[in-house]
Order: sequence, then C-alpha cells, then structure tokens
Amino acid sequence: MIGSSARRTPLTFVVHLSVLLLVVLWTLPTAGLLISSLRDKDQIAVSGWWTALAPSHQNAVYRAPPPDAQVEENGRHVIRGNVFDGGNGTVSAFGPSVQTPDEFKAGETATLSNGVAMTVAENGDFTISSTEPMKGRRGERIFYTSSVPPQFTLDNYREVLSAQGLGRSFINSLTVAIPSTVIPILIAAFAAYALAWMKFPGRAILIALVVGLLVVPLQMSLIPLLRLYNDIGAQFGVTPKGYVGIWLAHTGFGLPLAIYLLRNYIAGLPKEIIESARVDGASDFDIFVKIVLPLSFPALASFAIFQFLWTWNDLLVALVFLGSRDDQLVLTGRLVNLLGSRGGNWEILTASAFITIIVPLIVFFSLQRFLVRGLLAGSVKGG
Amino acid sequence: MQQLLFALFTMIVGVAACAAYFIVSNWILDRIFPSKSRSGAVASRNLRITNMIRPWLFLAPALLALTVYLLYPVIESAWLSFHGKDGRQFVGLGNYRWMINDGEFRQSILNNFLWLLIVPAAATFFGLIVAALTDRIWWGNIAKSLIFMPMAISFVGASVIWKFVYDYRAEGTEQIGILNAIVTWFGGAPEAWITLPFWNNIFLMVILIWIQTGFAMVILSAALRGIPEETIEAAVIDGASGLQIFFKIMIPQIWGTIAVVWTTITILVLKVFDIVLAMTNGQWNTQVLANLMFNWMFRGGGDFGRGATIAMIIMMLVIPIMIWNIRNAAKEMEGR
Repeated sequence: MIGSSARRTPLTFVVHLSVLLLVVLWTLPTAGLLISSLRDKDQIAVSGWWTALAPSHQNAVYRAPPPDAQVEENGRHVIRGNVFDGGNGTVSAFGPSVQTPDEFKAGETATLSNGVAMTVAENGDFTISSTEPMKGRRGERIFYTSSVPPQFTLDNYREVLSAQGLGRSFINSLTVAIPSTVIPILIAAFAAYALAWMKFPGRAILIALVVGLLVVPLQMSLIPLLRLYNDIGAQFGVTPKGYVGIWLAHTGFGLPLAIYLLRNYIAGLPKEIIESARVDGASDFDIFVKIVLPLSFPALASFAIFQFLWTWNDLLVALVFLGSRDDQLVLTGRLVNLLGSRGGNWEILTASAFITIIVPLIVFFSLQRFLVRGLLAGSVKGG
Repeated sequence: MQQLLFALFTMIVGVAACAAYFIVSNWILDRIFPSKSRSGAVASRNLRITNMIRPWLFLAPALLALTVYLLYPVIESAWLSFHGKDGRQFVGLGNYRWMINDGEFRQSILNNFLWLLIVPAAATFFGLIVAALTDRIWWGNIAKSLIFMPMAISFVGASVIWKFVYDYRAEGTEQIGILNAIVTWFGGAPEAWITLPFWNNIFLMVILIWIQTGFAMVILSAALRGIPEETIEAAVIDGASGLQIFFKIMIPQIWGTIAVVWTTITILVLKVFDIVLAMTNGQWNTQVLANLMFNWMFRGGGDFGRGATIAMIIMMLVIPIMIWNIRNAAKEMEGR
C-alpha cells in the first residue's frame, strides 16, 4: 500500500530483512526444542542444539577387558579392543587418568606407571601391552576425547512415553479436552439463539452479563468451587476430584465466550430467512435446529478450536479439580512435575514438551482459518 | 483406552441428555399451550404464552452453568475474603490488613504492575510491526503463520522451550542454552538468567510476549486491511512519506482495535500463573498474584480466606476493563 512510491527497492529490502529477523526470533526457540528432542542424550548434554549437524566432542572413559583377556604375542602380553565397541567415532586424544584425558594424541604410545604401554588409534582401536604378564582382576581405564558424528534417535520419545508416564497423561488430556469442548457448544448455541432472535424482558441485561463474565478471572471461581465440590463429595460419598467435575467446570468457564461468539454470529444471519420461516408457522425450536444451527457452522468450529486449545493447554483447572496423583496428571501437569524432578535432563524435558504441544500444533496448522475468524469475532475475551 | 471410551460414552450421554432436554421441554410447552389448530383467540393467547416461556427454556442450562461456575463463586469469594482459614470465622478486614503488610504480596503486586506495563505494550508493538510489514511482502502469510504459532502452545510448554533457551552451565564449559551461547560468543560471562533478581521478571515476560504477539498481529492485521484505500491514496497524492502515512493516517484509524488488543492482553497478564509456576514458582522475586493465590489455596492445608482475598485483588483490577467492555457492547447493541 505505502510502497507504491518511488523508493521501493531499498525499502522493500529492509522490510524483507526485518520480517525474516522476527520470524527467526519467533521460531528459533521451538526449533531448538524439536531438534534437541531428537538428539542423542549424551550429545544434548555437551553441545548446543545448533551444532546438531556437526560432530560433537566429548570426554569419555572406557574400561578395557581384565587381564584374563591378555594374549601373548612376540613375547609381549597384549589386550586389544575398541573403545567404541564397534560404533562410529574418532578419538582425538587419550590419557591414562581422569585428570589428563588429552595427554596423548591418538596413535601415540603412553607408558603407564606400572610399565604397561597403552596406545589408542583414531578409529578407537586400542592396544595395551606389557613385557610382564598383567595381574589383577580389573581392566585398565582409558580416558579419551572423541568426536562423535551427529546421532538422531527416537529413544527419548520411547523413554518418556513409557517410563515417564507421558502416554498415560496423553490419554488423560484427551479425556479432559474432548467432552469439555463438545458439551458447552450445544448449551451455548441455544442460549445464543435466544439472545439473538427472541424477544423477552431482560435480554439486554443478560447480554451485558455475558460480556461482563467474559473477563472474570478464573481465580475467583477456584476456592468456592473447590469447597462446593468437597461438600458434594462428602454428601454423596464420592470423590470430589473426577472427570465429570472438570468437564462441567470447563463448560462453565467456556460458556461466556461461547455464547458471546455464537450470539454475534447468529445475530448477523440474514433477517429475511428467519422472518419468512416464522411466517410459514415454524416454531423457534424448528428454526433453530433446521436453519440456524447448520448456518452457524463456521462460528461453532471457531469456538470448538478455541475451547479445545484452551482445555488441552490448561494447567490450573486440572490441578485444582483433577488432583495430582500420578494417574490423574494431564500433560501440562506432568510436564511441570518433570521440570521439578528432572530439571537437568533435557532429553526428557524436550521430548515431553514436544508431545504436549504436538496436538495443538496440528490443530493450529490445519484449522488456522477458523481460529483467525474466531479471534476476530471474539477479541473481547481475555484468553 | 478404557478411559477414553468412558469419556466418549459420557460425552454422548451428556450431549444426548442436553438435546433431550431441549426437545422434550419444547414439546411439552407446545402440548400445554397448543397454538396450531385452535380458534383465533385461544391460539393467539397460547402463542403469546409460549413466546414468553420459550426463551427461558433455551437459556436455562446456560444460565444454570453460568450461575454455578461464575456468578455464585464471585459472590462467595467476596464473602470468603472476610473470613478465616476454613471460611467459617468472620475476621472483618483481617485478611486485607495481613495482605498489605505481607512482603510476598507487595512483591507480587509490584511484579504484576511490571507485567502490566511491559507485556501488553510489547506484544501490541511487535504485533503491529509484523502486521504492517507482512502486508507488503509475498511470503507475508507464511511469516504470519509462524509468528502466530506460539498461540497454540501451552504456557507450560512455552516455559520448557524458554527454560532451554535460558539454560545455564558454569563458565568455561560449553553452553547449551542459546542465550548464554550467544553471550559467551561475544565474550561475555554466562549468567543464570532466571535467578537474576529483577531482570528475571523480564525474562519471564518475554515468554508471554512471544505467545501473545501473534494474537495482536492477527487482530491488527485485519484492522489495517479494513482502512479505506482512499484515505491512504489521498495522503500519497499529498506527498506524505511511508512513515507519516503509517503514524498519522493508519494508526489513528485503528486506535479502537489497538485498545481492544491491549485490554485483552492486560486481562491475560493479570491471570498469568502457569509461566511463573513452571519457571520459578515465585522464587528469586518473581512472585505474581495468581501464583500467590494458588499457593495459599494449598499452603499449610489451604487458607481459603487469604486465597480469596488475593483473588479479589485480581478481580478489582479487572473491573474497570469489564465496565468498559460492557459499555462498548451496549453501544454496539444500540447501533443494531
């Protein structure tokens, strides 16, 4: 629009560059997470994810076979082997003690204090030899610095899905999110139609009430509802923490936005359609089911996406109403727990985080159109 | 798997019950006050009665849910804030007095104000820039989509992503967090960012800005497109520069939308909880109201009075925006 003036070229270049910069800034953190989750866990710990394609240097230790394994060759007692056990890698340096893992270059020969000679080749082959037979029950330790070619693996995902309970939490999240998305839609659609097309005293006040409730912070509801649930649980001898409770809670919290979005949309439907149906003698119920509901599909889809993302990503409501026992945790709750207990294990955290965000990302990229439309219609709501 | 089936089953039962309620209640209403195949006077009287009752049949489930889950709790929270730990003993303004003298609360409210100052402004600013710039390049939609993406990520997921960015290793070892890697590459000393008082607040805010910029961008982008071409063409003919057009012609026309974006993010900021819980749990002077409230809900067996009092503070901060929204909605209604 503005660029139609004469100074187009340098200006456009700056625009391209700054947008590129912003896009990189915005995607880099997520990219780091994804790449790290696919890397070998030893490599994550010693090198940044941006070096994932370069070989990584690491210090390691290998225990050679015990002296039982020695064989006599040309008067020397020799133990042979490979520090990578046949895997890939390149030894750049080695040493006999933990303080000096890079005392000798690959291929050189080190003489240990007990007269044993040790040499490690670049490909990891080592030879330990001595003129006297070697004694003892344990083998020599070889400290070496190696560069390992980049390794990508799905092991991290296998680990978190089974051992860390992510699989269980994934099902819990689905169990919470699907009914919490579907139930409010029907309730809200009827209410939205009444608020849009039916005339009754108090309508304006109800609409104002819905708009007001849009921004009521969740924090106001938590304590009273927790008390209410506990009372009901005690009264009827059932556990106050369960799926039905959380579905209803999400329904209640989602309703203001649902009614607001749907009312705006339904009120915008052409008046003629509804009037002519009325003239033909259709009741409001018929009009709603046969005309309004099918026409409102885009708005219903927008809200469904919102509500699904919000219930899937929610932590607070799940923590309060579902409890924090191991088999009750949803994905977000599990991730917070892992942050506490496995804070330094980035292979576990990155893979877990990616599992928690993959479903919303799929929903986001496949249904972005509806999401944008919903945002534009309902931007009064505070998320 | 069994659990999923249970969920699906309950969902179908719930939806069926809901549908049954609407169908049956409407059918009963039509049976009691039939308007078809009746003589004129009776029919019109019955029609009037059904038209009076039916809206409330449509609204009943929604009103019930809104009352139980939002209206009643607001009143109950206000009531609880004047009561003690278990909600029974009346303590007057005791909770509020405790709050004002509590160091942690003052820290939280200070931090919340910082969040309120910085996050909505920064997210709106970046959103506006991206919206304005991407409108003019051919790969703008791809760029927008990528910047919009964090919207879909949970606050907890985003916290893990950024904790990895801020990761700290002792000086001299290889840094695996990209921020420290960049700092050391330029010759600086690595820093444990999220334990660095005051600045760590900013590092937590970055996460929310990162998430919300996409939201601001989408709304503002639509608003920019809605600006009538003629106003811009007129400015071009008058010889205005690109920047002049942007600041003097375009911005004033989308001022209302900017306000909506700003207030929406403001409300979100007031409720920010997950990020603080996941990143620091309020340590190193990063406490905020929502997390403090959650703490008191369970701390020492739970202090409902104090928790409700903190919730009331959040509510009071929201009320001005709520009134503004209602007035705007009312104005819009009149226009219809």
